Amino acid sequence: MSKDKKLILSILVENYSGTLSKVSGLFTRRGYNIDSLNVAETQDPNISRITVAVTGDSYIIEQITKQLHKLINVIKINILTENTSVQFELMMIKVNSVGAKRSEIIQIVDIFDANIVDVSSKNMIIVVTGSEDKNNSFLHLLTPYGIVEMTRTGPTALERG
Amino acid sequence: MRIKAAEAIIKCLEAENTNVIFGYPGGAVLPLYEALRSSNIKHVLVRQEQSAAHMASGYGRALNNVGVCLATSGPGSTNLITGIATAYMDSIPLIAITGQVDSTSIGRDMFQEADIIGATESFTKNSYLVKNAKEIPRIFKEAFYIASTGRKGPVLIDIPRDIQDTYIDFEYPSEINIRGYKPTLSGNTRQVKRAVDLINKSQRPVICAGGGIRAAEANDALIKFVEKSKIPVVCSLMGVDAFPNDNPYFAGLLGSHGYNFVNKSMNESDLLIVIGARFADRSTSMIHKSSLTRNVIHIDIDPAEIGKNIETKIPIVGNAKDILNDLLDYDYELNTKSWLSELQQKRKNYMEKLFAHDTPLNPKKLINKISQFMGNDGIWVSDVGINQIWAAHSFTVSGSKRFFTSGGLGTMGYSLPASIGAKIALPNTKVVASMGDGGFQMLMSDLAIAREQNAGVKFIIFNNGYLGMVRELQKNTYNENSYFGITLGFSPDFMKLADAYNIKGIKISTDEEVDDAITEMFKDNEPFILECIIDPEISSVPRLGGRKHE
Repeated sequence: MSKDKKLILSILVENYSGTLSKVSGLFTRRGYNIDSLNVAETQDPNISRITVAVTGDSYIIEQITKQLHKLINVIKINILTENTSVQFELMMIKVNSVGAKRSEIIQIVDIFDANIVDVSSKNMIIVVTGSEDKNNSFLHLLTPYGIVEMTRTGPTALERG
Repeated sequence: MRIKAAEAIIKCLEAENTNVIFGYPGGAVLPLYEALRSSNIKHVLVRQEQSAAHMASGYGRALNNVGVCLATSGPGSTNLITGIATAYMDSIPLIAITGQVDSTSIGRDMFQEADIIGATESFTKNSYLVKNAKEIPRIFKEAFYIASTGRKGPVLIDIPRDIQDTYIDFEYPSEINIRGYKPTLSGNTRQVKRAVDLINKSQRPVICAGGGIRAAEANDALIKFVEKSKIPVVCSLMGVDAFPNDNPYFAGLLGSHGYNFVNKSMNESDLLIVIGARFADRSTSMIHKSSLTRNVIHIDIDPAEIGKNIETKIPIVGNAKDILNDLLDYDYELNTKSWLSELQQKRKNYMEKLFAHDTPLNPKKLINKISQFMGNDGIWVSDVGINQIWAAHSFTVSGSKRFFTSGGLGTMGYSLPASIGAKIALPNTKVVASMGDGGFQMLMSDLAIAREQNAGVKFIIFNNGYLGMVRELQKNTYNENSYFGITLGFSPDFMKLADAYNIKGIKISTDEEVDDAITEMFKDNEPFILECIIDPEISSVPRLGGRKHE
């Protein structure tokens, strides 16, 4: 067995009801793990793109791809790696920002090219986009200030060129 | 033409040449039944919906066509599930139509509401919930196309009742375009060439034929290829009728319940050509792993099967018939004489021992005798259990003879309704169904259909008072003291039951009675029950089965 790899499957599907359930159900059923999944319409309203981050060895990845191809509503599957694609994920963090902490946090936000989208007397909400690594470092730097709530999307990606 | 969607559905079925529907009505399919009433399609009212799916499957399999079953929402649809899953595992084309509660009520837990699309997702080839009546012609066109092309399988169409009552402009599409579904039929020329080179270098090659041969109607092409290349053939359980048993190149059945010498010979071969078979656990468990990583050519219509269970040197995706015809274009200089005569000798020895059981009534001998009596024509439908193994070993395939069984899912009860479906499809063909006393009692209520429809199936019930296969597994896995939950403590008198259904029957308990029973059984084209009293100690195969409990 070869080593586990992290990959992104970019799946174009016909936009019928139940398609997302068929795709995600297939992963559960065949015992493949999904790290993250996101889905949205493309420029063609009849077609959606499902972006799934998976971890697996080459046998698993091959099996996933073949089984996905069998789904009637799946049109195309691209396997994306960090070298062949541009990958972004979005993260929103509500962080405690009382008193002098606030200006320190604003400095970090500047460095990471993030955005403050909501400010109250106690907290602020920050949006950051970028690679998983970048977002992890950002989260790491904000943790000492006290994370109240957070959410992140998992990567979405497009093939380069 | 502006008509009700329910009428449009019937028109779609007529356009697909559906002559018979196996169904059970209910509130959510009332409009559909009203439209069916005035159509030329024959409706067979089953006694339980599971039988509707098996009957449609047997019917479709007999005609190499798509069978159609119909059920109402909720329990009607959930009863279909086992039949749909059975068809999926064996790649049998099937259309299952289910009624659904009104589209405006879905999700509110209405009376007889069930999410049948969700429940069958993992064992339908595709499924549709009709949300807009206008889509019905396209959906039916696609459904029949998807069910009957590529790797065949069941497609489910769930239709809310209010949708059935909607008026639409009906026109059946003549063309089809599904962006995500373009099955590969012809094999890659380069891969075919590589396969020929590998075949010509081999000395002890074997072909393993599976259910894909019959599904692609490739049996004649296989015979031609085998006789040209001189390669011996073994078959999987689904491939029992893929190759004639009287052909000198035929070796036998592969797998955990196959012929011992066949499994051993797989280890001695230097090239394995798998055609239309999944090579699942039951086929490969008796073969050394190392033999499966040597030279394997895998021909299958489903690319996902290649490389799933065994490593493959040369994969060829496509229709078995097309690829065999491609392979026939080449010359072969194989010398398999000694390899073949070795296999033939082993087969001869094996067959001599196969029927050697010193019991009053030998089920294998009986199956073999009836099978000989059938000649080169007819359909044998086998149930699941030790009786399935007896049938797979003892049924002889020749001419156009077929063998149907639930090979993948292993559904007990399958044979009774499936055989009735096959007989309704081909009323002048001999159809025999063999089953245990356990399997028979699972769906015996549908015996009524055999009588009602005059479907002259010859039912053979092997009565040993036990669930024989599980009993054998318990014995082989643990020991004789571990029998549990396998005794059929009470069964009805099957002869009285036959009488109650107005079906003739005979009960026999010795080999001496077999000839007369066969004469009696086949003297007319009426349904018939042959009850055979069998010694419970007769096992599936001589050695065997179950993993020893450590």
